[in-house]
Amino acid sequence: MSAALEENLIVRFLRTLGQVTLFFFRLLAQCVPALGRPGLVIHQIYNAGARSLIIIMLSGLFVGMVLGLQGFDLLQRFGSEDALGVAAALGLLKELGPVVTALLFAGRAGTSLTSEIGLMRATDQLTAMEMMAVDPMRYVAAPRFIGGVVAMPLLVAIFNIVGLFGAQLVGVQLMGVDTGAFWSQMQSSVELGDVTEGIIKSVAFGFACSLIAVYEGYHAAPTAEGVGLATTRTVVASSVLTLLIDYMLTAAFL
Amino acid sequence: MVAGSGRRSGTPAQATASDVIIEVRDVHYGVATRRIFQGLDIKVRKGRITAIMGPSGTGKTTVLRLMTGQIEPSQGKVVVWGHDLADLSRSGIYALRKRMGMLFQNGALLTDIDVFENVAFPLREHTDLPEELIRTLVLTKLHAVGLRGAAYLMPAELSGGMARRVALARAIVMDPEVLIYDEPFVGLDPISLGVILRLIREMNEGLGLTSIVVSHDVRELATIAHDSYLISGGKVVASGTPQELASSGLDVVRQFMNGSADGAVPFHYPAPDYRKDLLGGGE
Repeated sequence: MSAALEENLIVRFLRTLGQVTLFFFRLLAQCVPALGRPGLVIHQIYNAGARSLIIIMLSGLFVGMVLGLQGFDLLQRFGSEDALGVAAALGLLKELGPVVTALLFAGRAGTSLTSEIGLMRATDQLTAMEMMAVDPMRYVAAPRFIGGVVAMPLLVAIFNIVGLFGAQLVGVQLMGVDTGAFWSQMQSSVELGDVTEGIIKSVAFGFACSLIAVYEGYHAAPTAEGVGLATTRTVVASSVLTLLIDYMLTAAFL
Repeated sequence: MVAGSGRRSGTPAQATASDVIIEVRDVHYGVATRRIFQGLDIKVRKGRITAIMGPSGTGKTTVLRLMTGQIEPSQGKVVVWGHDLADLSRSGIYALRKRMGMLFQNGALLTDIDVFENVAFPLREHTDLPEELIRTLVLTKLHAVGLRGAAYLMPAELSGGMARRVALARAIVMDPEVLIYDEPFVGLDPISLGVILRLIREMNEGLGLTSIVVSHDVRELATIAHDSYLISGGKVVASGTPQELASSGLDVVRQFMNGSADGAVPFHYPAPDYRKDLLGGGE
């Protein structure tokens, strides 16, 4: 019984993995023609990116402020609170920026993408496109996927900038760390490789979160419950995959 | 308007090979363990209005999905303009769909663009026509369904009947040869229903289209259909003109045409004995 259940789970996992992979290749094939409609793509970058700005900036500010407090508390024990700028910058650029942004993206833009596409399926809009000989992968899925992939690194960059401002606000303005030391140590210690690591992570998270959101919406059961479940799966799968990819990339960069 | 005036003679069974444009041949289809069709045969003839009727849940919409290549039969053939759909690639099926228009039960308008853009959608996707010509074509089609004045409303601002008329304008904007209507009368008030009926008839006669109407509204279909098929139990149980179906001696046909609650199609879903069920205390 248990072995059968296990086998069933493994088969289901492998089948889903295969379906997602095939979907990904179909999506990639439709990305080039979708770029021929820049208006659609720009609209989706706006939807996934600009509409997530407030939550990203607010979260970035608070994460930066907490980083400033905790970093200061830790560093002053060693008498090296001047290194707060470096600690905050590395923490944000390499880990917190990409990961927290991806988690927030999955919750804000990912759910929005899934429910939008799922509702289009439930209300026959995707079928109507197919009947008009228009591939919904090109018109609906690909622009949203590209929008998410482009928006994610931009959101991460904004998160990092606001986060650094938050860390500086707490560390320098409240806790009294020297402004010159804060910025100059950051400038001298943060290397291009650290920035590149963050950029690569943000792009990888953009691919993963957007793919899951679009896939789940496209394959949602055409009912209210089906769309709800697909939206939940988007958040869960995106979050877990983000953390898994983060570990793998971090290990690869070390 | 006399019901069925101007109809051509002949029943579906008398269709000749040359005027049959869609043929469903001995089709079997099922979902999971449920068998929906077991040997379905339907012929759609050029220039005629073909009604596909049947009780709810008999798979009427599934017939349309088979005819348009959205799903494949597990056995049998669906031949459209001489092409077996099973032999066609996605692009081949898309090429056939460009010659068809389909009106969905709920309109299926794209909700993020306005009425004008919805109707213009197929033109923008499949042609390189200049904007002025697109505007002329869209407004012409919207005028034909009486909604030129609603061109810049969003789908959410339309009533059910209006949404279906916009969807009809979108379905005809590419001048298709076949127009498919999926439950076009559901949930319409008498005025909207009359408008849709008139439009179906006018589209068929005025534009020389072939129409396929899936519905269970017998009275409405009887006024416009040339050929009718009644589906029950996974196959066609009767075919002919609506008048021939009305005079059929078959129980299932009589029950359906007269709207009887019980008969060949039972009122009750299969269940254990009522008395035993009540006295059994839910066991």
